[in-house]
Amino acid sequence: MAVKSASGAPATLPGGEAPAARNGFWGWINKRLPVDEFIREQLTGYFAPKNFNIWYFFGSLALVVLVLQLVTGIFLTMFYKVGEASSFDSVEYIMREVNYGWLIRYLHSTGASAFFIVVYLHMFRAFLYGSYRKPRELLWLFGMAVYLALMAEAFMGYVLPWGNMSFWGAQVIVNLFGTIPGIGPGLVEWIRGDYGIADATLNRFFSLHVAALPLGLLLLVALHLVALRRSGSNNPDGIEIKEKLGPDGTPLDGIPFHPYYTVKDVFGIGLFLVILAIIVFFVPTLGGLFLEAPNFEPANPLSTPEHIAPVWYFTPFYAILRAVPDQRMGALLMLLAVVSFLFMPWLDRSPVKSMRYRGWLSRTALALFAVSFVALGYLGLQPADGVYVVLARIFTVIYFAYFWLMPIYTKLDPVKPVPERVVYRAH
Amino acid sequence: MADHAVVADREVDLSRRKFLTQATIATGAVGAAVAAVPFIESWMPSERARAQGAPTELDISKLEAGQMTTTVWRRSPIYVVRRSPDMVKRIAGHDADLKDPNSLKSEQPPYAKNELRSRSPEFLVLVGTCTHLGCLPKQRFGAGELYPSWPGGFFCPCHGSRFDLAGRVFDGSPASINLRVPPYSYPNARTLLVGADEKGAA
Amino acid sequence: MRTERMRAWLGAALLALAGCAAGSALAAEAPGAAEEAPKAGSGWQHWRADTDVTNLASVQRGARNFTSYCLGCHSLKYERWSRLGTDLAIPDSLLQKELLPPGDKPTQYILTSMPAADAEAWFGKAPPDLSLMARARGRDYLYQFLKTFYLDPTRPTGANNLRLPATSMPAVLSELEGVKRAVFKDVTRSVGGQLLHEQEFDHFEQVAPGRLSAAEYDGFVRDTVNFLDYVGEPTQAARRSLGLWVVLFLLVFTWLAWLMKREYWKDVH
Repeated sequence: MAVKSASGAPATLPGGEAPAARNGFWGWINKRLPVDEFIREQLTGYFAPKNFNIWYFFGSLALVVLVLQLVTGIFLTMFYKVGEASSFDSVEYIMREVNYGWLIRYLHSTGASAFFIVVYLHMFRAFLYGSYRKPRELLWLFGMAVYLALMAEAFMGYVLPWGNMSFWGAQVIVNLFGTIPGIGPGLVEWIRGDYGIADATLNRFFSLHVAALPLGLLLLVALHLVALRRSGSNNPDGIEIKEKLGPDGTPLDGIPFHPYYTVKDVFGIGLFLVILAIIVFFVPTLGGLFLEAPNFEPANPLSTPEHIAPVWYFTPFYAILRAVPDQRMGALLMLLAVVSFLFMPWLDRSPVKSMRYRGWLSRTALALFAVSFVALGYLGLQPADGVYVVLARIFTVIYFAYFWLMPIYTKLDPVKPVPERVVYRAH
Repeated sequence: MADHAVVADREVDLSRRKFLTQATIATGAVGAAVAAVPFIESWMPSERARAQGAPTELDISKLEAGQMTTTVWRRSPIYVVRRSPDMVKRIAGHDADLKDPNSLKSEQPPYAKNELRSRSPEFLVLVGTCTHLGCLPKQRFGAGELYPSWPGGFFCPCHGSRFDLAGRVFDGSPASINLRVPPYSYPNARTLLVGADEKGAA
Repeated sequence: MRTERMRAWLGAALLALAGCAAGSALAAEAPGAAEEAPKAGSGWQHWRADTDVTNLASVQRGARNFTSYCLGCHSLKYERWSRLGTDLAIPDSLLQKELLPPGDKPTQYILTSMPAADAEAWFGKAPPDLSLMARARGRDYLYQFLKTFYLDPTRPTGANNLRLPATSMPAVLSELEGVKRAVFKDVTRSVGGQLLHEQEFDHFEQVAPGRLSAAEYDGFVRDTVNFLDYVGEPTQAARRSLGLWVVLFLLVFTWLAWLMKREYWKDVH
């Protein structure tokens, strides 16, 4: 390691050197479990690009929220009683009579929304810097699988309190499967386990939400991280840092993940927790966005809420569903809206990865997409009539244009020259 | 070398770095410990459990001498025995056979720390849980019922522990202390209130 | 320098917060105690309850109002009497004497004595439990509901309501509020190219006085709504007070983490 300190004596960079074989307790452990090797390879010896910016916090934040949901979810399951006749009451039992039950519940409900905010911003980073492109296509696909599993997990979780929105939300979404030609109606009955959303549906959603999907999520997140480790992180300049190695074999533009990014992530987590705490302790329902008002009434098959709207994180897709006057086409288009993300590594034909070096065509397209995603989200919360439907149709077109015109506009886009080395400003 | 991302070309202020790291870790540890409290507290009995564990009232006016009735308080069986004068006499005279005749090691409220282990000779209130491993002892009130010198009391079928008519444990029993006495009081002559006494509700 | 940028962000965030606070203060609408105004009841859809659940005296009065006027039909099945006593600082003796129905134990849930089956037969619909009504419909809804009952001989109960038209609930508070009549005016609207003739609410007319003045009744309703706000989430006071400490601690922790990060990142060029 040819690095000198100001005094002229040789200095060592944090990380990168092989530890001597240890004695004592840790020596015993290391002979049987590769602890030191893991730390060396994944933390102190893993070089990440030095130019990460604010968009790079959301991966570690997603992990934090996952742990939060698992822990609070496990504790909620200790007090929740699944069943048509008991679910709603047991949630109020948790809120009022279990010591600190209200806190565990609000952490879980806020955590669910926080998960989607973090994941959407995490995905947006990929759009900004081309993180889904070669050689990270599989990383992207695993990430999309996590997103899909997360949507299923959140949907089923929302049914569990058995409030009126739980019931009617389940009714509407499960009915969508009925639009599949041929097998539709049978499939819906199979999913429900009854002739309408009922106790059978609630019970199986409970099992899937508490056991099956969390296991699936953990597996997919692990695969996502292993794939990341293989390709290494992308960065805001879209340059592959592994292509420029120093004399010691480490990337010139890379810094050891530990301590630099562990320390930076701790700060990011602190800031995130401040915002989370403000919401949990002061505005847990967030005006009906995080905990919807109709859900404070028990499920009533004979009384539909005034507006059936899914929770905010599904509303962009819900708006697309309702934009189409035909139920079957609407469902198909909604499915396509989610599936389109999967094709991005192959739709993007730009010679350049990062938005920083792309031209006005790509930037405009991304800006329009972001605007339409947010607009569709807002429209999904409104009643489906009048000007709302017209706007939803316009934004649906823009939404799909982003993906399916991408091969054209990314090819035509006037790109800028990409620098040799990453751009870094000390901070 | 000057090209590398991380360059140690300044005097790294190790003491400041160490202080900040330790301060952050210490603060984080305190935060984590405090954050654990709500989760741990959630396991303590909920308000529902505490409400269900409120004192139990029992009408004892119909209980005949020599009879025992069982009620429940905080999920434990409570034995209430109306002792006849003969039964009260059979409490004395076998202190040498008892492990804890003066209830020094056993659990009872101050007013039950006497030979009769009760407020009054007539009524005995016990937690009907064997102090060995928790089975319900059976009543054997008759003199000589178990063996010729048996003064009357309780016999636990699980492992053979024996207790007298004041709930005191005999030598040779696997149980080591006397049957527990719960807090109790008499709001009026007809009523027994298990779980509340001068100190209020338990 | 990045620190300057951080300060700029912080400043912007604080400004935004201040702007929101000022904006909401300006936008807050006046309470709807406009009975003395020329058109009683007009603009009722915009009436705000404006209650403060930290006002213990108000919530206590609301509890008394509820047990006197609502408990006959409506239960609060998730709340215990003893919990009420603890949260509202009502001593046991007072709870037993003033609020607890005879025969009920303090640890019991607050249930109505009206049998549900009978209630459904009498009113067509069992009076709903009100534990969560403030969370499900909102305080403003409850306030408007209790203040817009009017005389309507066509209804089986003899009364109707603007907030919940054709409600099965009779005007149980008319003893306090008095009886009022709703005056409608004819209105012609053009909908989809066709002319639609409708009856639109114009104003209330007091027919008979109640035991309370308009201002007193308004206070009565606010106290009751405040009480229902408390019952909707009894832990809200604890939530807010704990939250203050948690957020302060997290700010301190984040500040330390920031200093630590800045110190390590001096290495990076």
